[in-house]
Amino acid sequence: MTITLKVNGHDHQIDADPDTPLLYVLRDDIRLNGAKFGCGLGQCGACTVIVDGKAVLSCVTPVLLLDGKQVTTIEGLGTIDAPAPIQRAFMEEQAAQCGYCIAGMMMRAQALLQRNSKPTDEQIRAELEPNLCRCGTHMRILRAVHRAAQLMDTAELSPSLEGSVQ
Amino acid sequence: MNGPGNLDRRQILAGGGALIVSFSLSDAFAQDQAAPAPAPAPAPAHPPKWIGSLKETPFLDSWVRIDADGGITVFTGKAELGQGFKTAFQQIAAEELDVPFKSLKVVTADTGRTANEGYTAGSHSMQDSGTAILNAAAQARALLIAEAARRLDVPAENLRTENGAVIAPDGQRLGYGDLVAGNLLHIQAQPESTLKDPSKYTVVGQPVPRVDIPAKVTGGASYVQDMRLPGMVHARVVRPPSYGAQLIDYDAAAIEAMPGVVKVIRSGNFLGVAAKKEFQAIKAMRALTASAKWNETARLPKQEDIARVLLGLPSQDSTIFERKNPAAVGLKTIEATYTRPYQSHGSIGPSCAVGHHVDDVTTVWTHTQGVFPDRAGIAEMLRVPPAKVRLIHAEGSGCYGHNGADDAAADAALIAREMPDVPVRVQWMRDQEHGWEPYGPAMVTKLKASLDDSGAIADWNFEVWSNTHSMRPGGAGSLLAAQHMAQPFAVPAPKPLPLPEGGGDRNAIPIYTFPNAHVVHHFIPAMPIRISAMRGLGAYHNVFSIESFMDELAIAANADPVEFRLKHLEDSRGRDVIKKTAEAFGWKKGQKAPDGRGYGFAFARYKNLAAYCAIATEIEINRETGCPRLVRAVAAVDSGQVVNPDGIINQVEGAIMQSMSWTLYEAVTFNDTRITSIDWQTYPIVRFDAVPQSIEVHIIDRPGLPYLGAGETGQGPAAASVANAVANAAGKRLRDLPLNRKKIKDAIDV
Repeated sequence: MTITLKVNGHDHQIDADPDTPLLYVLRDDIRLNGAKFGCGLGQCGACTVIVDGKAVLSCVTPVLLLDGKQVTTIEGLGTIDAPAPIQRAFMEEQAAQCGYCIAGMMMRAQALLQRNSKPTDEQIRAELEPNLCRCGTHMRILRAVHRAAQLMDTAELSPSLEGSVQ
Repeated sequence: MNGPGNLDRRQILAGGGALIVSFSLSDAFAQDQAAPAPAPAPAPAHPPKWIGSLKETPFLDSWVRIDADGGITVFTGKAELGQGFKTAFQQIAAEELDVPFKSLKVVTADTGRTANEGYTAGSHSMQDSGTAILNAAAQARALLIAEAARRLDVPAENLRTENGAVIAPDGQRLGYGDLVAGNLLHIQAQPESTLKDPSKYTVVGQPVPRVDIPAKVTGGASYVQDMRLPGMVHARVVRPPSYGAQLIDYDAAAIEAMPGVVKVIRSGNFLGVAAKKEFQAIKAMRALTASAKWNETARLPKQEDIARVLLGLPSQDSTIFERKNPAAVGLKTIEATYTRPYQSHGSIGPSCAVGHHVDDVTTVWTHTQGVFPDRAGIAEMLRVPPAKVRLIHAEGSGCYGHNGADDAAADAALIAREMPDVPVRVQWMRDQEHGWEPYGPAMVTKLKASLDDSGAIADWNFEVWSNTHSMRPGGAGSLLAAQHMAQPFAVPAPKPLPLPEGGGDRNAIPIYTFPNAHVVHHFIPAMPIRISAMRGLGAYHNVFSIESFMDELAIAANADPVEFRLKHLEDSRGRDVIKKTAEAFGWKKGQKAPDGRGYGFAFARYKNLAAYCAIATEIEINRETGCPRLVRAVAAVDSGQVVNPDGIINQVEGAIMQSMSWTLYEAVTFNDTRITSIDWQTYPIVRFDAVPQSIEVHIIDRPGLPYLGAGETGQGPAAASVANAVANAAGKRLRDLPLNRKKIKDAIDV
C-alpha cells in the first residue's frame, strides 16, 4: 500500500504494509537516523518523534495511522551548522555519553517546549519519564532541556536563529 | 610489517627512504647517538615505564601519521563506546604535536588499520592508548624538529613548534607536511620521551566539547545501526528459547514465501532470516519463531536461591592476601554476608552488526570492545585464517562491558558468508539482548572483622565466591553463533582473571591497612547462567561489601564513618579524595539526617591501582512504600593527569546513576528453564522520577602523573555509598542486592 507521509516538511510516497511501524519507514524508506530502535515495545523512548506536535513512540505506531500527518524527527529541527535551540542546548551541556537515547529524549523535550515554553523542573522530569538512558546522563539531559527553554526564549527575540526550526 | 626499528632506520640512513634521519636528534633520542648505524641499539638503561601500548606496538606511525599536505591522523586500537576518549586522544595529540585541535582526526579500532590493543575495557583506554599517543606524538614532534634542524642547519634547541610548523629564530616556518617524508615516523619509539611541561598545556586539561556529539544530536549516521550499504539486506536471528535448546523443526518454505524474504539460514541450532526491508525481516522472524519447535531442558538454578547454589558449587580456592601481626588483638567481632544477583548490561540499543562477504574475505562492522580478539573468534568459527576476516569498529549503544556486541558480529559473519557479496545488517531484538547477553555474575562475599580496644580494626577476613568475569571471545566457543551452529564449538573453560587487576577478586584486597588480614578468592568454574565482563567486574560487589562492612564496623566502634576510613588509610591520594568529598558534601561528625533520610559514604581506588573515587550520598525513603530515592550525590575523583575534565565528570556522573540503578533495582530473573527478564518491564532500571536533585563531581588534578582512567572507578563506591545511606535512613542494614523497595519496606516493618 502507498501512503503519503509528510516528514520534516517534505512529502514522501511510501510503499509499505499498513502495519509497518513508523520507525522502520523513517529509518528504512526515508533513510533517517534520528529515531532509534531500542525495544520495539514502547518501553524506552529511543524511537520518539513528533507527530502533529505530540511526542509519539514510532516503534509502536503503525504508519497506517499517519496518512496526512506531520512527522518531525531530529533531522527536521536543525543541522550541525544551523542547530535548533534544543540541539545547541544538548551540545552546550555536553548532554550525551553514548548518545543512543538522546535524539528520543530531545524530541520528547521539544514537544514539551512547543506547548509549554517555561516548564518547571518537575514538569520536565515527568515528561521524560517514558525515556530511558543507560549511561546515566540524566542530570545533563535535564540541564540541557532547561537551557533549550532559555534559548528558545531568546530565539523568539532574535528571528535570525529561528530559520532552522520547521 | 617491516622488521625492527633499527633496520628501518638503517634503510632510511642508507637513503632507501626519501629522508635521512640525522643523528643530532633531541635528547629524547640520545640513546641513538651511542648506536651508530649498523649496530643494534643497546637495551635502554631504564625499562619503558609510562608508555602504554607503545610497548606492544612500538612504531610511531602506528599511532600518528602525517601526510605531505600536513593532515594528521591519530590511530587507536581502542573502541569509542561513549566514554568520549576519542576527544581526549585528539587533545593529547594536538597538545604534544603543537597543532590545532581541529586539524587532527582520530581513527579507532580496525583490524586493517590500527594497533591491536586487545579489549577496550578495565578503564585502560587512557593508560594504554592515551599514553601511547602522548609519547608517540611527543617523539614525532622531536623528529620533526630534528629534521627541520638538519634542513635549516640550526641547532634543534633553537627551534620551536607552533600550529603545525617548526619555526626558526629568524621566523622561517617549515610545515610538518613539508618535513615529513618517506618513513620519518616509521621508527620504533624510544623508552623515554621529552614531554611537554604540563604547566604549559593549552588543550589538555580543557573541557573540549566532544567531537561526536554534534552528529548525534542532529541525526548524523553515528552508529553501526545507521549503516546502509548498497544492496544491504536486513537479517534477524531466531535464538533458542533457552540455554541448550535443540531445534527440532521449522517451516522454511512458508517463511521463504513471505514478502521480501531473501533467505532462511539454518546451521544446527542457529536460525536466521534475511529480507529486503527491515520490517519484512521482523515479520519473517516472528513467523519463523512461531513455526520453530525446540527441545528444552530445565537446567537453571532457583533464582531466589542463587547465593546458596554458588556456595555449593566446586571452587578453586586461593589466599590472595595475608598479613599477620599477633600483637594486634581483636576484642569485638562482627561478621556479615553480602550477595549480588546476575545483572544486565542493559544497552538501550540492542546489538547490531553489518557483515559483508566478498572474495573469501568477511568484513564485519561491529561495536565490539575488541576487534582483534573478536576477529580471532569469528575466524575460528568460520574455520578460516584471521587474515580472511576484518573487523571494523563502529559505535553502538553504550555497552558497559561484554554485551551482545561480539555475538551480533558473529551472527553477521555467519549469515553474510551464506550470502556472498550481499551486505547483511543483523539487528538483535530487545528480548534477545536482555535474554542472551552475558550478564554480570552473581557473587557472594563473607566478611568477618574484629575491633581492638581503641576501636581500630585488628583483623580482617574477606572471602569472595564468584565465576570468572570474562568469557569474551578470543576463541569461537565464546560466541553464541559458534555454540549454536552445526559442528559447534564448546564454551571454553573459564579462567580467573589474574591479579593485580583480578576478576571476581578485583578490589577484594582492602586498600586499608589492617594489622591482620586474610583474603580468599573462591573461583567457581561452573556457570549456571551465561556471564562475562560488566563494568567494574568484581569490584562492584567487593567494594559494595568492603565499604558497607566498614560502615558496620564504624558503627560498632561508635566512630564517624569518614574518620574511621581515614584512621585505616595511609594512601595520601586516597585520603585526599575522601576529605574532598566529605568537605564538599558538608559531612559532619555526629550528623543526623532529617527524618526519613540517610547519609552514606564510600571510597575505593579502582583495582587498587587506578583512579581514586569517594562518594557521599543522601537517600530519602518513603516509609509507607519503602521506595528509596537518591536525593544528591557528591564525588571526588583522582584520575591522575586530567585530559578532559568534563569527560571525567560525565563518566563519574554516569557511574553514580548507573550503579545506583543496579544497586536499588536490578536483578536478572529466570525460572528453571528460561530467562524471564527480557525487556524493560521485567528488568526495570532507573527512570526520571528517581533522578536525584544534584550530582556534584570534583576532580583532583595531578599534573604530570600517569592517566588512571575514569570509566569504572565510580561503580563500587556509588553502590556502597547508596547502601550505607539506605542503612542510615532505614536504621537497618541490607546486604542482599538489589536493595529494592520491597526489601527496604520489609526491613522497616520488622
